[in-house]
Amino acid sequence: MQFRTRAIHEGNEHDPHTGAVVRPIHLSTTYVQPGAGQWREFDYSRSGNPTRKAFETTLASLESGVGALAFASGMAAIHGAMMLLSSGDHILAGADIYGGTYRLLHKVLDRAGIEVTLAPSTDLDAFEEAIRPRTRLVWIESPGNPGMSITDIRACAEMAHEHGALLGVDNTFATPVLTRPLELGADIVMHSATKFLGGHSDVMGGSLVVRDKALYDRLYFLQNATGAILAPLESFLCSRGIKTLELRVREQSKTAAQLAEFLDADPRVARVNYPGLPDHPGHEIARGQMDGAFGAVLSFEVAGDFEAARRTVERTRLFQLAVSLGAVESLIEQPASMSHASYDRDVRLAHGIPDGLIRLAVGLEAFEDLRDDLDQAMAAAGPQ
Amino acid sequence: MSNKPPYIADGCPDPKLSTLAVHAGEDRLKPGYAITDAIFCAATYTFPDSQAVLDFAEKKLAREEYGRYGNPTEKVAEQKLAALEGGQAAVLYSSGMAAVGGLLLAKLRAGDEIVLFDECYHRTRQFCKQELGKFGIITHQAPACDYDRMEAAINRNTKLLVSESPTNPHLSVVDLARFAELGRKHGVETIIDATLATPYNVRPLEYGIDYVVHSCTKYLAGHNDLLAGVVIGSEEKLAAVRDLRGILGMINAPHNFYLLLRGLKTFELRIRRHNENGQALAEFLASHPRVERVFYPGLPTHRDHEIARRTMRGFGGLLTFQVKDADWRRTADVVDRVRIPRIGPSLGGVESIIEQPSLMSYHNYTEAQRNAMGIHDNMIRVSCGIENPEDLVADLAQALDV
Repeated sequence: MQFRTRAIHEGNEHDPHTGAVVRPIHLSTTYVQPGAGQWREFDYSRSGNPTRKAFETTLASLESGVGALAFASGMAAIHGAMMLLSSGDHILAGADIYGGTYRLLHKVLDRAGIEVTLAPSTDLDAFEEAIRPRTRLVWIESPGNPGMSITDIRACAEMAHEHGALLGVDNTFATPVLTRPLELGADIVMHSATKFLGGHSDVMGGSLVVRDKALYDRLYFLQNATGAILAPLESFLCSRGIKTLELRVREQSKTAAQLAEFLDADPRVARVNYPGLPDHPGHEIARGQMDGAFGAVLSFEVAGDFEAARRTVERTRLFQLAVSLGAVESLIEQPASMSHASYDRDVRLAHGIPDGLIRLAVGLEAFEDLRDDLDQAMAAAGPQ
Repeated sequence: MSNKPPYIADGCPDPKLSTLAVHAGEDRLKPGYAITDAIFCAATYTFPDSQAVLDFAEKKLAREEYGRYGNPTEKVAEQKLAALEGGQAAVLYSSGMAAVGGLLLAKLRAGDEIVLFDECYHRTRQFCKQELGKFGIITHQAPACDYDRMEAAINRNTKLLVSESPTNPHLSVVDLARFAELGRKHGVETIIDATLATPYNVRPLEYGIDYVVHSCTKYLAGHNDLLAGVVIGSEEKLAAVRDLRGILGMINAPHNFYLLLRGLKTFELRIRRHNENGQALAEFLASHPRVERVFYPGLPTHRDHEIARRTMRGFGGLLTFQVKDADWRRTADVVDRVRIPRIGPSLGGVESIIEQPSLMSYHNYTEAQRNAMGIHDNMIRVSCGIENPEDLVADLAQALDV
């Protein structure tokens, strides 16, 4: 069966007791057992829940993995993967990883004696130089945020494996519709399910998917031991959202590509970061590892300063001013004052996040309506 | 509808359908500045003081009072539905049948008469003949799309003309302009149940129809996980309809309002795929040697293809076909061999569903009654979901292959 058909049917077999085409939402915390010391599939909902299991089964199929684990948030999922490491181990991560991952690595895991190096994953030679004998995990995002940098996942997997490390990929931006990192050699694929998987701005969730059963068992043990599981109602909403995942991602990506071209041709715009544009430095790799589209997030720089960008993001009428991405509603934000405001200005500029940068998370609205909205917002923001 | 409200206030003067699906009916800034609408579960609403109660009672203050009369999440869902249909107002109900019943009960009184096309949903016809009949309301039926017979049934007591378009399971398509004109000519209001069409494919109000009814359970909610119905029309015509719902109480529930809203966000995308899948499967079946006949308005062989082509943007996800030289058992064998669509009633969800009308919805009728309704033992109805069309075609191919 093809991707979209599996998204609807894998893990969603009808309820055997009633025939219900949509399975019931199991809120139960505990399950009655047949005898003392005898266990059914589910015993206690931290260890497993039928509604969560349904979402995990669908996602594992879509990511070509052997199993998936659903977490309470994207950060809980990343932490779930990082708990594989022990004191003295080293993590090599891409330079433009999500700020929350940066915070976890540098302000939480460091206390456990886990060492961290950030290096540009887009430059494989420089990336490999940062490997150490105790590197156990390499962690990358592609596309990266907010510059939409593209990392060669297959090459990173080969490099990590040569040095005896696992490769983990935060696949939130690409989604399994466009990129399936496990098929490219990655060991762990992670999602903030809050974004495209849930897709409707109404679920906080995260997930890990792996292709090795032994690794799944280790991660399952850690999740069960620490308990950052996804709740039943959220699991249901994720399952419901994932049924339209392919439609949404393809449509949102198509609109994003049209907006990138529109902005690229606009003299008020100094630069557009979108891997679908031929002059994007990662365009060729993206064409190879993204299936027919380049995602629904892009960023661009308006000519002018911090204030010009601020005025622009405050003047849209359809795009809403908010962080997050991947949902049906289009969002706009200024990384310098919002998603990446915690960076010192010098560090932020060094990371390629200038004052005038604006990030768009493209939703399901019609391209023409979104284009007209950006056009009027740039006009209303005044002379740059 | 001439005086449509601005569906997206401030800034998007002429929104396209997908933009309406995401934003219409919603405040740009919501309570708590949340991006999504909250689920208001409250059964009742409090007043700050007695003056506020008085102002509300004297209609100087528009606000909520009690859950049966209205709910903030319900209002958002109603306004989004009205926007998609191009209407002024919408009234939501607990199911599609509650919407049909609520509308008819609000509009009719003893001695009134109505005329239905005979391919209306069998429960609608049953409700009109049996239940409305008890109150002295007379129901006439005319063959679907026979406008002369319908006109002949109109007299000075006639108050409503009712049809579905397309109909189920024969997919007959009503000439909406002619239907509306028939009503106007005789001073009779018109109702179209457009559940199978959805406002992506056709918007009956644009043709002068007075009321559009949907079972939102189907394509509008779209995920086979809630029941709802809606009546859409002008604010003035719906005032009494809304009042009666408040009295009788066949309201929907707050969690359903939210799931409906959530489903509507992907409305435009889903219907495009339902249309593609319906067309692909219909064309495949039409060329299959084991298939006697296919009912799908997107096929040139369909009786109403020309009207459908003129009035519909797509032809929907529902189709019916007859298996050649098959009795009910050999037809059931095809249904039982299918692997992707599940066997069951209902339609319009993301999951494909298959059924044999003579066993499912029409089992309690005699064979003679079924034949009179055009329900044959070798008929199979497929509601195409949004799976890949190749998978659905391959599945039906293997099911027909013996």
